[in-house]
Amino acid sequence: MANVSMTVNGRAVSGQCEDRTLLVQFIRENLGLTGTHVGCDTSQCGACVVHVDGKAVKSCTMLAAQADGSEVVTIEGLSSGGELHPVQAAFREHHGLQCGFCTPGMIMSAVDMIQRHDGQLDEKTVRQELEGNICRCTGYHNIVKAVLDAASKMGEGAKVAAE
Amino acid sequence: MYATNYHRASSVEDAVKLASANDEAKYLSGGQTLLPTMKQRLAAPSDLVDLRHVSDLKGISVSGGSIRIGAATTHAEVANSAEIASACPALAHLAAHIGDPHVRHMGTIGGSIANNDPAADYPAGLMALNATIVTNKRSIGADDFFTGMFDTALEDGELIVAVEITAPLKSGYAKFPNPASRYAMTGVFVAKHGDGSVRVAVTGAGSGGVFRQSDMEQALASNFSAGALDGITVDDSDLMSDIHASSAYRANLVKVMAKRAVTAAG
Repeated sequence: MANVSMTVNGRAVSGQCEDRTLLVQFIRENLGLTGTHVGCDTSQCGACVVHVDGKAVKSCTMLAAQADGSEVVTIEGLSSGGELHPVQAAFREHHGLQCGFCTPGMIMSAVDMIQRHDGQLDEKTVRQELEGNICRCTGYHNIVKAVLDAASKMGEGAKVAAE
Repeated sequence: MYATNYHRASSVEDAVKLASANDEAKYLSGGQTLLPTMKQRLAAPSDLVDLRHVSDLKGISVSGGSIRIGAATTHAEVANSAEIASACPALAHLAAHIGDPHVRHMGTIGGSIANNDPAADYPAGLMALNATIVTNKRSIGADDFFTGMFDTALEDGELIVAVEITAPLKSGYAKFPNPASRYAMTGVFVAKHGDGSVRVAVTGAGSGGVFRQSDMEQALASNFSAGALDGITVDDSDLMSDIHASSAYRANLVKVMAKRAVTAAG
């Protein structure tokens, strides 16, 4: 058994799990944070994407023990004070979802992508960057629109904040 | 996944010691192939030795034309390295097109070459760049390192520490990714070296894993242009044939990707 401690959405958590426990299982079953989804179980679909130490990773392809000592952010950690994160708001505004199963992973990937590209995104880049996230119902059109809109709003926000 | 025991190594020596304590132990680097394989119960190591926290295995250093990449350096780090982009842009391009962004945040160069997947990108790059693979025991040239499909010259418990490359004069990489998996259905890395020689390495196509295409190397050594490959016909007898592509299709892809790689090298 592994004793695992990490910071999840700003809160220090710890728990005991088997060494083979995946990070996504730990998040869902030990911590009860079920916003992070398991879609494919073969490391392809990206529904389980969370941020570990500031980087988007597939939490179904990492052991909880590997994340011991790390900072993890899940979909539940994005909004603050009851207000949606700009990417969440953009997905709602542009209807970037249908069944919603892939949405947590899509949004965590989008936040990571916007941060890495400093908000400077075009459609081609967004589509390439979404290679690790699969949506099986809406198609990607509105998802891409939502990411682009959020990127431009976050870019403006960053500029205003800098000024 | 079958039960396993997790260990976090603090140094190269510690990692080797932890791995040698158990016959069925495996090193865990980025885990982007090993963990999915374990989830499918196609691998069942009794112990996993995590290398992500071994600082000696990390980092990129470039000095003059000498490039050294620590084995636990991620694909994203290679792809985004300004030093690699200037010394060997084709290698940065290769790393930027492995898997997807999340896989690149975890997957490492050492893990990729230790696994030597016949459709992985790095084996072609390192063979064409005539890289040296440095382990905890010795240095191995890329030609000797990649010994067959999922097979390398690594002995039990031997750990890759770094990869060393002399920057080529020119290099280019082109791959035809499988539309679903993004693995190379054929990928060709072409490098023109300081001594005038050219090396052409092919991944994704050979039934024995990565290989060099010597007739292309000779043609490009005398004339480094895509047109120099026009007269070459690739023999398909040792190429893979599967649901994704026949061996004849892959043979054609080798030529098309080689020409694109030469064009990309400029």
